[in-house]
Order: sequence, then structure tokens, then C-alpha cells
Amino acid sequence: MEEILRVENLRKTFQLSQKQQKLEHTREKKRVAVDGISFSAYRGEVFGLLGPNGAGKTTTLRILASLIRPDEGDAWVQGCSVCHEPGKVREKIGFLTSELKLEDFFTPNYLFDFFSQLHSVEPQVREQRKKELFHTFGIENFAEVKVANLSTGMKQKVSLVISIVHDPDFIIFDEPTNGLDVLTAKVVTDFLLDLKRRGKSILLSTHIFSLAESICDRVGIIINGKMILCDTLQQVTNGDTLENRFFQLYNAYAQETGGEQV
Amino acid sequence: MNRKKSPGSGAGGRNVWTIMKKEFARFFGDKKLVFTTLLLPGLLIYAVYSFMGEGITRQFSPDEENPPVIYGENMPASVQTILDQTSLPWQETQDAEAVKEEIREKTADLLLVFPEDFDRQVEAYQTSEEPAPEIQIFFNSSQSSSQSAYTQIRELLDQYETGLANKFDVNRSQETGEPFDLATKEDTTAQVFSMLLPLLLMVFLFSGCMAVVPESIAGEKERGTIATLLVTPVRRWELAVGKILSLSIIALLSGISSFAGTILSLPKLMGAAADSMSASVYGISEYLLLLGLVLSTVLVLTALMAIISSFAKSVKEAGTAVTPLMIVVMFLAITSMMGGGPAQDVLLYMIPLYNTVQSMVSIFSLQYSMVCVGVAIVSNLICSVLLAYVVTRLFSSEKVMFTR
Repeated sequence: MEEILRVENLRKTFQLSQKQQKLEHTREKKRVAVDGISFSAYRGEVFGLLGPNGAGKTTTLRILASLIRPDEGDAWVQGCSVCHEPGKVREKIGFLTSELKLEDFFTPNYLFDFFSQLHSVEPQVREQRKKELFHTFGIENFAEVKVANLSTGMKQKVSLVISIVHDPDFIIFDEPTNGLDVLTAKVVTDFLLDLKRRGKSILLSTHIFSLAESICDRVGIIINGKMILCDTLQQVTNGDTLENRFFQLYNAYAQETGGEQV
Repeated sequence: MNRKKSPGSGAGGRNVWTIMKKEFARFFGDKKLVFTTLLLPGLLIYAVYSFMGEGITRQFSPDEENPPVIYGENMPASVQTILDQTSLPWQETQDAEAVKEEIREKTADLLLVFPEDFDRQVEAYQTSEEPAPEIQIFFNSSQSSSQSAYTQIRELLDQYETGLANKFDVNRSQETGEPFDLATKEDTTAQVFSMLLPLLLMVFLFSGCMAVVPESIAGEKERGTIATLLVTPVRRWELAVGKILSLSIIALLSGISSFAGTILSLPKLMGAAADSMSASVYGISEYLLLLGLVLSTVLVLTALMAIISSFAKSVKEAGTAVTPLMIVVMFLAITSMMGGGPAQDVLLYMIPLYNTVQSMVSIFSLQYSMVCVGVAIVSNLICSVLLAYVVTRLFSSEKVMFTR
């Protein structure tokens, strides 16, 4: 199998402001968000990162998208280092997270063209791709409506479409169905499956076990910034449900570290 | 690991242009924003300055349609003759107290009270041993027509008094049209424009930048839309340069709108003095130099505000954080009003923003040196490049871009 992503010993620490220290009732000035994470993802597979809120999933994905730099370690996307070749990495990936917003003033049509130009997509290819994606997500009728006037679901669909204007081989989705109604979530899930069928590689973070079970080939479970387990879905579940396995692993980790079990 | 040729390589200029087009589309696509940033400042300045000018002119010139109500008690023949030569109507009164009451109630404007044999007393008055005959003028300073009438009557009587003791005349032939003030139209224009316009232009340019830069940088940070740009292959310098150039052009247009409003309203603001001034005393070379200077200044201001806005978490915070810069710019701009002409030392033209003010003073006063103005423009451009580099670094900093 061709390795499309290799992550080696990623570590990321954040300084806590006084305000954050107060909010989190801690005197620690630093917080380790990602603590020596290593894993690989392969071409054509969907890799799911699972973990509770604050486990370090989003930080890991932001490092892989070259938005932030790791303190230690490195990762390679199709051979390009996120630390040393961030520009090349950004050309090769599609990245969707709820943190990334679209400008309310513009229409989906304008934004698609704008981001296509930034990704150096040829005009003819752009028009063809726009037609297909807008049709798939039912955006055609809203193509000239300003983002400000779109529903939350439609905004998420537009964000998703914008993140793949350049038809990347490797796509990173951070909680792609978060906050969506069931119908829109279904459209997004079906699209992820379609991408998988088309041979795209996907790295997905989610805490929705059913979504992970339905589309992931392999999963990694992150707790407190550490990769607790990383294997094929079959190996991880071992005949049980993913949810049960997750809680077993979580409680075992909590027992080991003196944390609170659930 | 397989490697592919970067599709975005060599697309530097194109990405800068793409970012600029987006900024222009954002600005010019919003009619309200265009109106409030480009048209309104010019229109408001024109309206306010014209209104101010008319108000000032009216304050100091006689109102032909509504002449003042003037009364005189014991009006002597000599003063009657003087008044009859003016457009000031007057009427005799025997009841001074009643007229004073009317002036208090603002139904009359002025009362002149002369001694009964004023003309004879004036003729007999020889030395300063005895008090001179007194003319009493009652008026109401809270009434503009009364104040105006007082000023005119006072001036007429002063002229009459000067005429009585006439030993010599100064510039009498001015009345026949002989010019004594040898200042040319260029000189007068240069003097007034070089004092007023550098300050006003700096204010307009700063306001133009203020209207667009915090919104475009801190606003995008606040709304999370800049992160969407940062995850694309666009390089940080392309983003910084694209934003600085497009915002500078918009700010420049806003500054030009305000400047046009000022120039058009200046004749009205200056009243009668405007006859001896004209913006046409400046030639194409002066206007081109001014344009180059203004453009380089806008680049510096935009880049400075971009840096401040990058650190801000919201547009509101950026607006507050820009205040110290505003104070510095205003302080530098006020140096144009201190007189003494433009700075002579060419080294001073290397100090960004200060060089702009001094160069403007030199251009408007028609005493400019191409070397000094050239140094100022080049210095501002170099400063802009350095500041753009700082903006690029800030766009690359996760601490600055993603701290909320």
C-alpha cells in the first residue's frame, strides 16, 4: 500500500493565558495538546481519528494542514514535509474544519472561482468541477445567493465544496457533520463514501462512532494528546462495537493515569 | 515518497492579483460601503466647508436684503453725509431709552448717541488736555446683525476720525487700482495651501486607511475567514502584498474624494480671499509629485495599520489600537502649520510620514526640490516593503493569527 501520510512523533504545546488558567482552574502555564503522536495513512483509505473533546484531534489536523507548526516531530503528505514545505503540502490537501469560515458577503459561485484561482485550477476544469459539485450538493439554486443568507447546512456544503476545488488526493475533514441536520449529514457522509470509491484518501476526525464505523478503514484513538491505539477498524473493534471498545480503552487509560473513568 | 511539481509555483503575481480582485470585489460590491467611504467624505467636506464659508462671509458682510435697524440721536451733519454714502439706513430718534429697550429685545440693532453740538465740539477740539467729544454706540453682541452693524459703523467713524487729523496718507492710490501688495496669485495660493492642505490631506489619508484596513485584516481574523485563505497554497507574502496594495488603492480613492471636496469648497471657505487664490497655479509636475507622494504615504499607513490590525482580535480592538498611530500622524501633520517653510535637510526627508508632510509643504509652497521629494517617495516605498515583510511574518505566525 502506498503511504500518503506519515506522521512521526508529533508534539505540540500551547501556552495558557492567565484567563485560560482561571477558566480551567489550573496553575500550569503550558498544555500539551499533542504528545508524541505517530501514524500512517495509505492511499485510498479513510483514516478516522477518534477521541473526546480536547484530546488533540483538531491540533493534529491543523499541524497536518500546515496551519500551525509542531514543537517536535514532522509529518509528510505525499512526501512533502509540513515543517519544511508547507506551501507544497497546502497544494496537495483539501482541509475542512468548522474553524474555517467563508466570507458572508460573497456567493458560492464567486468563492468557488476565487479559491480555484488560488489553487491554480484551469478555468475549463474549474467550470466542469463546479457544475458537478454544485449538482451533487444541490448548491446550483443557491450559487448566486450570498453566504450570509444561506442555511447552516448549505454553508457547510459550500465549505466542503470549496475545500476540494482543486480535486486533492488527500483530504482532511475535521468533524464534517458537526452541527448538521440528519439530511445534510447524510449527504456529506454519502459524499465521503463517494470520494473513497473514487480512490481519494481521507483523514477524518469525529466523535460520532456510527460515522467512523460506516466509512473508516482504519482508526486511531487519541486521549490526552496520546495515540492509544491505531489499527484497522476490524482489529480495533474485535467483534464489539466501536463505541464499547472506545470506552474500554478510555477507562483503561484513566485507570492507568489516575483519571476519572466513565 | 513520490513528489510532484508544485502547481502553484511561479503564480506569485497572479495570486497577488487574485487577492486584490477579491478585496476590490468585497469593497466595490457593497454599495453602502462605497457610498460611506468614497462619496460621503467628499460630499460632506464640500457641504460642511461651503456652509462654514458662507456662514463666516455672512457674519462679516452687510446683509443687503435685511438691512440693520439703526437709530441716531443728535446725528451731526458730517456723520449723516458719511452714512448716506453707504447702504446703511438710519433714522433719527428722540427717545434713546426706548431704542435701547428695542435693542435688548433684538427688534433694533444699533443706537448712535452724539453730543448736541458734536461737529462744533470736534472743530474746537485742539489738545488732549480736555476730553474729546464722545460718541456712544449701543448694540447687542448676541445679535449677529447688531454686531455686524456695530463693526461697520465703528470702522466708518474710525476712518472719519483719521481723516480729521490727516497729515499724510498711506497707499491712497490703492483706491484707484494701483497694487501695493506685490504678492502674486501663486504666492497667496502657496502660502494658504501649504499651511492648510498638508494637515487636511494627512487626516483624509489616515481616515481612508482607517475605514478599510482594520475591517479587512482584524475583521477577517475575527470572522475566521483569514484561516480559510491561509490553508490554501497562497503564500503569506502574496496575501500581505495583495491586501496592502488593494487597501491602499481604496484608501487613496477615499483620500482623493475628501481632497476634491476640500479643493472645490475652498473658494467658499476662504470667502473674498479666494479671489487671489487658485489651484491652477500648480502644474502637472506638482500634481504628479503629489500623487506619487500620497500613494507612497498610503502604502506606509496601510502597512502600519495592517500590522496593528494583525495583532487585534476584533475590528473594535484594532480601531482602539490604531489611536496612538493617529496621534503620531496628527502631530506630524501639525508641523506644516508651524510656518518657516519646508525642511531643508535632505536627511529629514528619509523619515517616513514626516517626509510626507514636509514634501507637501514644499510642493504646495512651490519651493520643492525634486531630490527631497524623490528621497521622501523612495524612503516611503522602502518603508512599505519592510512593513509588508513584517505583515508577512505576522500572517505566518500561528500565535498572532490564531490566538483568540
